[in-house]
Amino acid sequence: MSSDVIAIQTPEGAGRSWLEMLHAWVTTVDHKRLGILYILYALVFLVIGGIEAMIMRIQLMRPHNDFVGPQVFNRMFTMHGTTMIFFVAMPILFGFANYLVPLMIGARDMAFPRLNAFGFWLTALGGFLLYFSFVGGSGLYGAGNAPDVGWFAYAPLTSRAFSVGHSADYWTIALLVSGFGSISTAINIIATILCMRCPGMKLSRMPLLAWLNLVMAAMVILALSPLTAAQIMLSIDRYLGGHFFDTQAGGSATLWMHFFWIFGHPEVYVLIIPAFAFASEIIPVFSRKPIFGYPVMVAATICIGFIGLSVWAHHMFTIGMTSYSNSFFVFTTMAIAVPTGIKIFNWLGTMWGGKIQFKTPMLFCIGFLFQFLIAGLTGVMMSVAPFDWQLGNSYFVVAHFHYVIVGGILFCLFGAFYYWFPKITGRMLSETLGKLHFWLFAIGFHLTFDSMHIPGLLGMPRRIYTYEPGRGWEIWNLIETIGVFIQGIATLVFVANLVLSYFKGPEAGNDPWDAWTLEWSVSSPPPPYNFASIPTVASRRPLWDRKHSEDPDSRYE
Amino acid sequence: MGETTHKAGWQVIVSRAAGVLVLLAGVLLAAGLCTASTPHDNPVPTIFEPHSTPAESIQHLSHFVLAITGLIFLVVFSLLSYVVVKFRRRVGEAGREPAQVYGSTQIELAWTIIPILIVVVLFLATARVIHAIQDAPRPPEAVEVTAIGHQFWWEFRYPKLGIVTANELHVPVSDPAHPTPTFLKLLSADTDHSFWVPQLAGKTDLIPNRVNETWLDPHEAGIFLGQCAQYCGTQHAKMLLRVYVDGHEDFNAWVHAQQRPAHQDEKELGGKHVFETTACVNCHAVSGTNGTGRFGPGLTHLMSRRTIAAGAAENTPENLRLWIRNPDSVKPGSLMPAMKLSDAELDALVRYLETLR
Repeated sequence: MSSDVIAIQTPEGAGRSWLEMLHAWVTTVDHKRLGILYILYALVFLVIGGIEAMIMRIQLMRPHNDFVGPQVFNRMFTMHGTTMIFFVAMPILFGFANYLVPLMIGARDMAFPRLNAFGFWLTALGGFLLYFSFVGGSGLYGAGNAPDVGWFAYAPLTSRAFSVGHSADYWTIALLVSGFGSISTAINIIATILCMRCPGMKLSRMPLLAWLNLVMAAMVILALSPLTAAQIMLSIDRYLGGHFFDTQAGGSATLWMHFFWIFGHPEVYVLIIPAFAFASEIIPVFSRKPIFGYPVMVAATICIGFIGLSVWAHHMFTIGMTSYSNSFFVFTTMAIAVPTGIKIFNWLGTMWGGKIQFKTPMLFCIGFLFQFLIAGLTGVMMSVAPFDWQLGNSYFVVAHFHYVIVGGILFCLFGAFYYWFPKITGRMLSETLGKLHFWLFAIGFHLTFDSMHIPGLLGMPRRIYTYEPGRGWEIWNLIETIGVFIQGIATLVFVANLVLSYFKGPEAGNDPWDAWTLEWSVSSPPPPYNFASIPTVASRRPLWDRKHSEDPDSRYE
Repeated sequence: MGETTHKAGWQVIVSRAAGVLVLLAGVLLAAGLCTASTPHDNPVPTIFEPHSTPAESIQHLSHFVLAITGLIFLVVFSLLSYVVVKFRRRVGEAGREPAQVYGSTQIELAWTIIPILIVVVLFLATARVIHAIQDAPRPPEAVEVTAIGHQFWWEFRYPKLGIVTANELHVPVSDPAHPTPTFLKLLSADTDHSFWVPQLAGKTDLIPNRVNETWLDPHEAGIFLGQCAQYCGTQHAKMLLRVYVDGHEDFNAWVHAQQRPAHQDEKELGGKHVFETTACVNCHAVSGTNGTGRFGPGLTHLMSRRTIAAGAAENTPENLRLWIRNPDSVKPGSLMPAMKLSDAELDALVRYLETLR
């Protein structure tokens, strides 16, 4: 392996002043550094969004609690949702895509390095603007700081009649700005994957991670554009006398719903497809088998991408659409369960007959499989429109999408951290702390989100800052709150693991997991420009071919 | 014939699966049973104890869906558990790779086609219930109500009966032999709201500049609780809703009482004067006075309601006093301003309000 990879000595870091280091990071156009910036940025917001969740859970711990008032609570759920989707999940997944895609397809950088930096800094500005609302949202004038319109900001709550001051504007502009950032990154990912693959890497030999990120990027372009347009229309309403969503002047509240959800539902797939990508890399390596049914996995992903664009109105079953419209969206929503099911079965097929190693990345992926199964099935329940008339906007739906986002996406992300941290830093994360992290987080997750389904079935709507006693909701809310604190402790263990292992962890070497994709052929951390000489591949698992030259994959594909 | 056996088949699956297999359903059914209550008072608004036709058809459908998803869960969960236990790497096996299998067209076809068939069955069952609920014919005996969502209370108008009331909806029991369902036209005066009384029907949104509809068809007298289910602003949490399902005689008595003009008590003219000469009249209506405001709940028959402030407090003289003096102490963020009345004015006003039966 070392014959075609020459370690390039990094001049950076050695003998440089703190200011020069900072300057190098701020002005970087290197895909790996930008990837790390994205990830660190998202981790900071993960902690902020988590604290907001804890404030809400303390308030809801018992009925008629007065830990915070309605105004603060409403800001907390708005900020929590917006932060977690736009400033945690999206950037952290973009960060991994940025870091990994060029390495895995044998490229030296992204197609447009400067556009890449532009995208990151726009996203960063968006997050900053959102949180600047705490200061700039006209709180001093009694209009309230920070937006309190909910993360989907239904009209006409965002009109100037109901959202005085500037807090809603900060929300709008933050999403507009970060939306431009996301679209530019998506364009970059597509261009990189289509144009920068190393010799021999046909589309049919690309690692699944690259394939899934390609689909994700295409969906970002299609989904974020309507949201960005809607934000511009909302600003026109608020400042230029427009009436798109102004119901008092003949505007349409449902128009906003359609704009938002034609972004909002594909967005779920934008987030879960990269999580699938992590699982599709990690599960084979720790099962010691190639991914089961590679072509079907690719086809299922593309299928999810297409169908995912036609299901948005299942968020709107209660708005009084006709029975025919409702039936259409029931059908498309149920149909998406088919390719999603195929994926779960194919991961299962990958593990079947393997020799599974329960390293921390694999533990998180197995947790993901079990939890995503449940999340998918509660999703099928809610695709049944009449059932959704009961479950929609209740705590059941909150439990469902946290099962997807935490139980699915976040578990895969944690797996990805444990799996690629050695490549990114050159050091292993502690397995002991990792397992502690996994079990604590899993216990906290299940305490919180399993019990959260039940008050929804007992009639508890979401987004209420307090509730009446005697409705059978108390005990479940208390358990949820306890679970959140266990998740918080688990997250501290994770952060401690990141920090301690960064300084003290054992050396990782190039290929600590005995893996098969190109990123493991270079040093850890990879040298600038990744590959001294561009590799050539003959199969989907180039490193398997090198390690098993007597029986290479290229013979079977 | 085929249809009945089909249904019986469902019910067998349902009774076995819903209780035993489905993790969630099991827990919640247990929760539902623990909190089961008398038909007259339903403190837990659980969706699994429906008392009205649309909620019942949703429950039947949901049992079917829970049974199917429960079975899928059981099969896939078992497979996953089996794989995780069976295919662990064992001590001494290190070094040798397992057989490298790339896929299998037959198996992959199987786990594509079987889910497609399940989806088709689920879709047909769902479409039938959607049609049955959404396109239900409206019998001529139906009671008509216009529900208007406000920040943060409910206005109920009975156009044919000439009644306007707030927050507490009265509807008649509907006898299956002579159905008298209640059809609600849903409007909003400001932001989006959602009408949700889980034991009577699924939720339907009230959206400004749009007319929506829902209907209730309750089979049993009692009080059913619900609340606004679409975030509508600061006090979304305390926009509570209660539905009184009355027997026919009770309902008619209530209608007659509501149709009478406001009670005039010569002893409480002082309080009436306070009402008529302060800002109260801008938002609240009492028939026979100059109060015709519609921004807040009508007060003509205030004392016929058990709660005030959209269910945020019981309707007692102390609470009324507190509410008028400082609404934020009962419902922070509500649009009712503190009236800044003197103690004497407040006493007189509350005494007057207590006469509005």
